[in-house]
Amino acid sequence: MPRLSYRRALTRALADEMARDESVVVLGEDIRVAAANVTTGLLKKFGPERVRDTPLSEQAFTSFATGAALAGARPVVEFQIPSLLFLVFEQIVNHAHKFPLMTGGQCAVPVTYVVPGSGSRTGWAGQHSDHPYALFAHVGVTTVVPATPADAYGLLVSAIRCDDPVVVFAPAGALDLRADVTDLTPVPLGRGIVRRPGADVTVVAVGHLVHDALAVAEELAGQASVEVFDPRTLYPFDWDGLFESVSRTGRLVVVDDGNRSCGIAGEIIATVVERVRLAAPPRRVTRPDGAVLPFAPALDRAVQPGRDQLTAAIQLTLKDG
Amino acid sequence: MTGSDPLRLYRTVRLIRRFEERAIELVRAGQIVGGIHPYLGQEGIAAGVCAALDREDLVTGTHRGHGHVLAKGADPARMLAELCGRVTGLNRGRGGSMHAADFGVGVLGANAIVGAAGAILTGAVWERRRRGADIVGVTFFGDGAVNEGMLLEAFNLAALWRVPVLFVCENNGYATTMPVEGAVAGTIAGRAAAFGMPAVAVDGQDPEAVREVTAAAVARMRAGGGPELVEARTYRFDAHHTFEHQVRLDYRPPEEVAEGRSRDPVDIAGARLDPAVRAEVDAAVEAELDAAVEYALAGPHPDPATALDHLYASGLTARTGGG
Ligand SMILES: Cc1ncc(C[n+]2csc(CCOP(=O)(O)OP(=O)(O)O)c2C)c(N)n1
Ligand SMILES: [Mg+2]
Repeated sequence: MPRLSYRRALTRALADEMARDESVVVLGEDIRVAAANVTTGLLKKFGPERVRDTPLSEQAFTSFATGAALAGARPVVEFQIPSLLFLVFEQIVNHAHKFPLMTGGQCAVPVTYVVPGSGSRTGWAGQHSDHPYALFAHVGVTTVVPATPADAYGLLVSAIRCDDPVVVFAPAGALDLRADVTDLTPVPLGRGIVRRPGADVTVVAVGHLVHDALAVAEELAGQASVEVFDPRTLYPFDWDGLFESVSRTGRLVVVDDGNRSCGIAGEIIATVVERVRLAAPPRRVTRPDGAVLPFAPALDRAVQPGRDQLTAAIQLTLKDG
Repeated sequence: MTGSDPLRLYRTVRLIRRFEERAIELVRAGQIVGGIHPYLGQEGIAAGVCAALDREDLVTGTHRGHGHVLAKGADPARMLAELCGRVTGLNRGRGGSMHAADFGVGVLGANAIVGAAGAILTGAVWERRRRGADIVGVTFFGDGAVNEGMLLEAFNLAALWRVPVLFVCENNGYATTMPVEGAVAGTIAGRAAAFGMPAVAVDGQDPEAVREVTAAAVARMRAGGGPELVEARTYRFDAHHTFEHQVRLDYRPPEEVAEGRSRDPVDIAGARLDPAVRAEVDAAVEAELDAAVEYALAGPHPDPATALDHLYASGLTARTGGG
């Protein structure tokens, strides 16, 4: 079975879609030499017309992609660091996202934004360590956070084929993963997956935290049967899949590397309690409110959701109610 | 503080050079986590510019910012402690390489977002002057930043409101792997001209030349002139970031690197000193950095329980993230 790394899965998705569809072009900083090791080999295969290094003009090249999409392209825009999404938030939200409705359906904006290395990269400190996926879910831009190499491939392919803008967060904490991948296939947007079946509590984990949740579930195996649900897409969310899980377990814990206030964990909990009668109050493990990641490694770790916090939250939920 | 002082200039370039070399060793040793963007080769710019400034003048730096912080007068030991993430660091271990700041000597911070600092510096200078301080400011940025809208917007504000800001472009020929010729339409000086700002190019490898053009611009600004731009032509001797020491990226021809490295600001400044004096400076810098490394590594690591300290100046306490 071929071992596939998360990064190479992204590379394969780009290469396959570029080969399949001439309208797919890739834009970004230092992508010709593949500084982020994602666009590796694309320049040679597809040439400089379709693999374009941009000047450091993120706002302009993000809207340039919108314009190209209006004219028929399916651009993929790579951002080197997650905070660049703050810089181009206006371009994505106020233009790419709004054009179809504002024009009365005259256009589509099929742009994919990829951030290889979202969240903490230990040591990159305050301005390079954000994980702002909930912002995009909030404004209603399709948002995916693949946890595994197979999903990195399958979700990126689906993102590129989607007629709406899609943000793909590739968490730094997952980039070095490798996995045996038998068949590379598109993964539908908006469809979650039960990564580990269980009976006592459903843990929803986002992105790289799926692996922490699986490890914690394994550690707790003697005490409790923990189900791990990976939503994969945060917007649109697979509510039916989650309701099905929580209806069986009756308990819910969410672990999310975003900030607490107005975060995706809060949305998940609110939506579940609107629909499912739980046996115990739900709990969430998140970054703190207003989190800024401090530089020193121990502080950087302290601000991110940890396995010990998740374990404690699961145990409290099991004890309650 | 505008007179020529070859000894001081040499001392500063030598200090930055050896500081960066020591920092790279500490990256390799795992003491500096996350790596650094080495300033090697560009020392003449920070040294020359800051030699023409007063302590009260303000500066902002870049992701490649150690040289700016040191040249403006920050303590190398506390700077190194910051890079090592210790509570004894300039930012108490909270900022690291890309956010090092020392407000006490007028350094409002390195900044990790390309092109973002110019407008911040402009506002700070404007307010200090409104309060009666006769200061000027310098914002350093790379050739990559001249294509960021926010920097060009800062040019406009500073020029429109005549805020005495010296925009110093460190043109090292590349933004990471992107050559200037592939990224900049028109010219860097032409951007200044569009906003009615005087612009001058200078050999960034010669700290004395940089000091001279800066001193002249600062004198005009102190006499009531508006902002100006200096394009300092330079060459980055080492990696864009130390991650390149592991992953070689192929974008600079070896002959070009050799040619670029042949004009070394440390040698250019050093040649202006008597060799014996130069040797004394070198020894003094080495002793200072030995002590700095010792200080940095002796500093305590911050307590994880304090991770959110300083988040809010108002005293607001953030809800933590646990279950
Ligand atoms: C707005 C923004 N875009 C991209 C990056 C990622 N990045 C960091 S440094 C850099 C290159 C900067 O080039 P330049 O301004 O010439 O400065 P140099 O590194 O050459 O000193 C890039 C693209 C960033 N930090 N901020
Ligand atoms: Mg540059």
